[in-house]
Amino acid sequence: MMTDVTATRKTPTGIMERLETVIAAPDATLVANPSGIAHELLELGETILERWLDAHGTVPTPQLSEGFRLLALHRQGARGDPSFNACRETCREIVYHRNLITSEPGHPDTARRVRLAAMVARHLALFIDGKLEAAELGEFCCSSRPLRTRGAASAATTVPE
Amino acid sequence: MTGKHSKVAYYPGCALEGTGHAYNRSTKEVGKALGLELVELKNWNCCGAMEVKNLDPKLQTYLSARNLAIAEKMGFDTVMAPCNGCYHNLKKAEYDLAHDPASREVVGRLSQKAGHETYEAGAVTTIHALDWIKDSVGEQGLRARVRNTLKGLKIANYYGCMYTRPRHIFPEKDKGADSESTSKPHFMDDLLAAAGAESVEYPLKTACCGGAHTLSDSDTSTKLVLNLLTTAEACGADVIATECPTCHTGLEIHQVRAEKVFGQKTKVKILYFTQLLGMALGLSARRVGVHENFSDASDLLRAKGLG
Repeated sequence: MMTDVTATRKTPTGIMERLETVIAAPDATLVANPSGIAHELLELGETILERWLDAHGTVPTPQLSEGFRLLALHRQGARGDPSFNACRETCREIVYHRNLITSEPGHPDTARRVRLAAMVARHLALFIDGKLEAAELGEFCCSSRPLRTRGAASAATTVPE
Repeated sequence: MTGKHSKVAYYPGCALEGTGHAYNRSTKEVGKALGLELVELKNWNCCGAMEVKNLDPKLQTYLSARNLAIAEKMGFDTVMAPCNGCYHNLKKAEYDLAHDPASREVVGRLSQKAGHETYEAGAVTTIHALDWIKDSVGEQGLRARVRNTLKGLKIANYYGCMYTRPRHIFPEKDKGADSESTSKPHFMDDLLAAAGAESVEYPLKTACCGGAHTLSDSDTSTKLVLNLLTTAEACGADVIATECPTCHTGLEIHQVRAEKVFGQKTKVKILYFTQLLGMALGLSARRVGVHENFSDASDLLRAKGLG
């Protein structure tokens, strides 16, 4: 199974198709190179967040947070936008699954773990795509800012995480 | 039983009188079965939900503060809110009143205008239904009261996003093993496991369900929910347990919509955690309002001896 993300990272459709391919793949395909796919999923997660940052005129950071660029990119995206924290644990789960798969590539549950990792990455893709279409996605729930009042941003009474 | 929350003020909130009626019913029934007393706030009002919060956050702070003032006036130092939205908003009001002078000024002015005492931060603690049962009865107490074990039932526990975010309004969480975790909540897992269920490892337990866009961008919500459902199934879950009426309704209606619009059928059932606990305590499925759910779990529950 191909693990090069260069061909898939260009479009949201390409990312989603790649994730669907991993999710639908037979166990034998997933266990042939689980660490490679786990790394690829991590990179796809980074690409998803890079798209968000690019769209907002921010240069995606090359830095790491807790050893992972994905987490650094999430922190960067969440700065000034608390609703972005609605995908914080989703990013952490991608990292967790990557660690799980690469530390035990021969585990009997590996195919399932890879599939779950791809499903978590799919949630990140859906959430970010949703936010790119409707920026308020996630703002009802874990955070909120006034949308229609004058001086809306300064009226917010809670501080971002 | 510690008795810590054996008698608390109860704030059901608007959703539990509407689409979340089964949650209201099952929460009250579980309370009765466990010997816990709930005293509903008199003349409570909307917590401000998302609509008011998005228009004017300080008005939302006032609306939630008025509910806390009612609890205080009724002589309670604890109010229990089962809805994640209400729970979140009451906690947020508490935080704002403690940290933001402008919020205190607005709440003071509106309270005076409305003719009631101004709520001051620190008088009343807001807890969730999960805290209520966990702190009052605990897993050990619950285990001793189980009459119909949930053994054989595999559950994905879905907490949604408002139960733990933003972290700064929940100062009591992340305080060690006995406290709730904001990154990987476990109170619902613990309680249902005590009732005999097997909690599956569910990596999307706090992920976004697109709740705010259920009507304005239904396809986004449906896709997010469908991913929650299929992931739960991939984890081996028979049931997704919920503890929020908004999440619950979203999961139910988008499960139906996913089949109609995208042709993707999922079989996982959606039940409130209080419905599951109620049945484990020996209450009938009807008594905890399972028949009010859109998600028809009757065959599964019968097969597990819980119907």
